[in-house]
Parts: sequence; structure tokens; C-alpha cells
Amino acid sequence: MDKNEKIKASAYWRENIKYVLLLLAIWFLVSFGAGILFKDELNQFKIAGFKLGFWFAQQGAMYVFVILIFVYVRLMNTLDKKYGYDE
Amino acid sequence: MSSMIVLEGIGVQEWTYILVGLTFTLYIGIAIWSRANSTKDFYVDGGGVSPLANGMATAADWMSAASFISMAGIISFAGYDGAVYLMGWTGGYVLLALLLAPYLRKFGKFTVPDFIGDRYYSKTARLVAIFCALLVSFTYVAGQMRGVGIVFSRFLEVDINTGVIIGMFIVLFYAVLGGMKGITYTQVAQYCVLIFAFMVPAIFISIQMTGNPVPQLGFGSELADGSGTYLLDKLDGLSTELGFNAYTEGSKSMIDVFAITLALMVGTAGLPHVIVRFFTVKRVKDARKSAGIALLLIVILYTTAPAVAVFARTNMIETVSDKPYAGVPDWFKKWETTGLITFNDKNNDGHIQYLADDTANELVVDRDIMVLANPEIAKLPNWVIALVAAGGLAAALSTAAGLLLVISASVSHDLVKKIINPKISEKGELIAARLSAVGAVCVAGYFGINPPGFVAAVVALAFGLAAASFFPAIILGIFYKRMNKEGAIAGMVAGIVSMLLYMIKYKLGWFDETLPDQSEWWFGISPEGFGTVAMLLNFIVSISIMTLTPKPPKRVQNMVEKIRIPSGAGKATGH
Repeated sequence: MDKNEKIKASAYWRENIKYVLLLLAIWFLVSFGAGILFKDELNQFKIAGFKLGFWFAQQGAMYVFVILIFVYVRLMNTLDKKYGYDE
Repeated sequence: MSSMIVLEGIGVQEWTYILVGLTFTLYIGIAIWSRANSTKDFYVDGGGVSPLANGMATAADWMSAASFISMAGIISFAGYDGAVYLMGWTGGYVLLALLLAPYLRKFGKFTVPDFIGDRYYSKTARLVAIFCALLVSFTYVAGQMRGVGIVFSRFLEVDINTGVIIGMFIVLFYAVLGGMKGITYTQVAQYCVLIFAFMVPAIFISIQMTGNPVPQLGFGSELADGSGTYLLDKLDGLSTELGFNAYTEGSKSMIDVFAITLALMVGTAGLPHVIVRFFTVKRVKDARKSAGIALLLIVILYTTAPAVAVFARTNMIETVSDKPYAGVPDWFKKWETTGLITFNDKNNDGHIQYLADDTANELVVDRDIMVLANPEIAKLPNWVIALVAAGGLAAALSTAAGLLLVISASVSHDLVKKIINPKISEKGELIAARLSAVGAVCVAGYFGINPPGFVAAVVALAFGLAAASFFPAIILGIFYKRMNKEGAIAGMVAGIVSMLLYMIKYKLGWFDETLPDQSEWWFGISPEGFGTVAMLLNFIVSISIMTLTPKPPKRVQNMVEKIRIPSGAGKATGH
């Protein structure tokens, strides 16, 4: 890789890492946060028959996981285009 | 006689023969149609599978007999605590998609030991990785063959060992003949069969109990009996009345739930038979997308399972608790003969007392039968009951086939070609791959017929080992250019050894006269959750040793830079 290529590659990598950290923060919050650490506090609220903490642990976290991956796919496809790494 | 009457007259037995026969013909037909002709076809399907097909195959590969048959049953007895499996076995895909799959695809080789061996420029690292891959895959596949045996023995009314042997031949046939190419397309068919078989009874029962056709919403709805009570509130009430913890509360400590969930997530992301699926797509962007599709397809089953658990638990308590033994339904008697339900009338009142208190409890129900028995408990039509058998077989066979492929690739590619005889011809390698698949089926069949007394321990160990060994080594290999072979090898060894020792001491109890009490667990973490601790230990050891040893060579650092850029992935190659 020449020098310009290297600068481009590391800028791409930094943006990628930023996205990954942001999405993993959400990943942690919905599963370990809402489903485990703060479950008892959330269980005081109810949607229909579900206590909220229980719902996150057995339903909600999983829906968010799926959404997170597709958001990452979108973000990265845009990023690949921006840096000309698309194919 | 009209056709309707004929259909109603067909029993569960006949329906099972029909449905299992049809689905098996389909799988074998696909295997013949998509035979593998080269090692590349055999290992990774030439790298040309579409993201959708790959997603479906990954989902079928991942959802084993454990997911299909056991998981809802475990949840129905564990209540809230069952969330460790739900979140643990799905959350790992986020890690896969964001941290592993795209880069391993770009790296473009066949196997996980390939990556470890090349990235850490060391035969020792490759050997450690091969050892872990084989250990993880063998423990897993033994459980699958057992699952096949259980389903066959119950529904075809054959001996459990005969069931295992039939399963061995089927898997052998299409794994050895078709390789990855055959397996990928059979798994697509198997996904369709298993998801249909899981959803149909769930939807039926959801309508029956709550009037809501969507099981995911149904178990949070009011009961259909017009009482205005929410199903979950009713189950909480029934549970506490019988002396159990409230269903939505669970009984494990918070730190243990946290540790088990994390260990399963990281273990999932580190399992070789899951990772290898992302080598089979064309481009890096397809690897990301395919992880998303796979998880979506998995989550359809995983969000239904907790609903099935609640339906089954409520139905079971209502059907048997405090009812006269003389009047129990047919399914109860049938499962009693398999020994998976036992009733002991301790107070001789002729009624079934199902209680949390062991001294007064008279009924023991094996968790593994809940999904299989559920349609019968809810009095669903015969074809639905038979469908569940076909689905369970699809789940067990697809996973077994995927694992056998990883085992045969580890032996023929990683061990024979890369270490023992690098000059082996393409043809010779393909023969070695097929022979090792045959060998692997025989070993798996042996363990299926003579299961070690500690299957559950061994499965937990598989996840713990994957979490403690592969995950840190791969993550550091991609995200930390400075990581060198000394650090990675020391880390993997530290992770594996600590995991094994903890498991042997606290799960198997081989170090002491008796199994140590839970109060002696480190930080209150169970052996199932210890993978989290072992993984952290791996990271710490890797980084400490790395700072004391030389940088990796320039060419390896360049390789890492290339892996991080998605374009120019090309096809997976063996060279």
C-alpha cells in the first residue's frame, strides 16, 4: 500500500470502529442492562401481560439484536461506497 | 369413504412415517444433485452461495436438537432464568457480524485453525486451534446423534440404538457425498421443515389458550376463557401455589445469569462450525448480510420458544396437578413407558401431587419431552404431532452434518495437508476428507449409543472452550496488529486449561470425594458461566505476554491491514 492508500484505510477503519462501539453499547444495554442488571426495576412496569424486564430478557433483546446487525449492514455499505471499497 | 375421513383415520405413527419419509427423500435428492467435485466444493462450496441461502443454512446448522427439542422445555422449568439461553445463543451473532465474519471472509481460507495458524505464523498455534476445534465439534456432535435416537425411538417405536444407527447412515450419506455444497442446500430444506414444524403447534396452542395467533404476543395476552387474567400472571400464581419461584422471577443469582449469558454469546461467536459458514459467501458485504439473515431466521424460533414454554408449563400443571392418577390422558401413559415421566403416589391418595418440595412431590417430568409432548397435551391433530418429529430430526441432522464437515476439514485440511503431508494432491485430500467424515460419524455414533454420563457438562464445556480459546485469539488477531504468536498461544492455553480445571472440579467433581457445593464457586459463578472468566483470563495473559515479546513480522502486520479492507476478497482458497 502506498501512503495515500494507508491514510484512506486508517480513516475507514476509525469510522468502522466508531460504528462497532456504538452498536455494541446498545447490544449491551438491551441484553445485560435491561434484561439482567436492571430487570427488577423494569419489572415494576408492564406492557400487556409482560413485566418489562422479563420481556427484554425473553423477547426484546433478541429483536434489537436483529435490528443492530441490519443497521450495521446499511452503515457499512454506505461507508464502503464512500471510500471506494465497494464491489 | 371421503378423503377427510381417511385423513382423520391416519394415526400418529403413519403420519410420522409419511412425513419423515418425504423429508428424508428430499434431503438425499438434494445431496445427489449437488455433489462435491473438488476440495473447495467440499469445504466451503466454492464460495458462491447467496446470502439468503447461506443465512438459512447457517440457521439450520445452528439450531440443533437442543434448540428444537430441549430449549423450550428447559425454559418452561427455569422461567426467567431461561433467558440465558435465549439471549446467549442469539447475542453471539451480533458479535459475529460486527467483529468476526467480515474479516474472516476477507482472510479467505477454509477453516478457523487456518486463520489462527497464518495470523500467528506458527504451527503450535495451528495445532492448539485444531485441538480445540476437534474437541468442541466432537462433544457437540455426540449430543446430536443422541437427539436423533430419542426422536426415532419415540415416534417410530424402534430401539434408541437403532434410531442412532439409522441417523448415522443418513448423515454419512449426504455429508460424505455432498460435502459443504450438498450440506448447504440440504440445510436450506431442513430450515424450512424445522421452522414450520416448530411454528404450527405453537400457533395452534396460542390460539387455543389466548385467542392470539402470534405466540410471541400470545403469552403476554389475557386468557381466552374470559376471566380477564393475563396468562403470565396465572402461571406465576400456579407456580408459587405449588411452592416454586414465580415463573417471571427465576432463581439464579444475577452475577451467574450475567456470566452464563456472556459465555454463551462469546462461545457462539467462537464455534468453528458457525464461523466456517461465513467463508461460503462471495463478498465481505455478503458475510455481514448473511449473519443478519441467519439471526433473523433463528430469532423466529427463539422468540417462539419462551411462548411455547409458558403454554406447555401452564397446560401441564393444569392437566396433572391434583388430578386422579386413574384419569390421566393417553400421552401421560405413553411417556411413562419411556421412563421420561415418573409418578410415585407417596401419600397413597390416588392423586398426582406436583410440588416444588422434593419430599412431597410425586411427579417427575423430563424437560426434554415438553416440546415433543406439547401438541399431544393440547390435543392437536395427529399430523401436527408427526410434524414435530420430522422437525426435530431436521434440526438434529442439519447440525450433525455441519459439525462432521468441520471435523473432516480439521483432519484432512489442517492436520494432513498443512502439517503432516503438504504435498498431498487435491484428489488425495478429498479422499482424506471423506475418510475422516466416515471416521467422525462412527465416533459420533458410538457416543450416541453409549453417551458419557456427563453430556450436559460436556456441552457446557464446548461453549466454554470456544469462548476461552478462539474468541480472544481471533478478536486480537483482527483488532490488535501488535498481537504476536507468544501472546496468543499463551492466552489460548491459559483459557483452555482454566476452563477444563474449573469444569472438572465443580461440574464433574473428580478432584474431591464429592461434588463441591455451590457456595464454593468462584464469585458465585457456575461452571456454565466460567467461560466468561476464562475468556477474560485469556485476554489478560495474551496482552501481558505480548508486551514482553517481539512484534509480529512485517508481513503479518500487512496481512492484518488487508483483512480490515472489505474489497478484493476473491474466493476462499486453500493456498
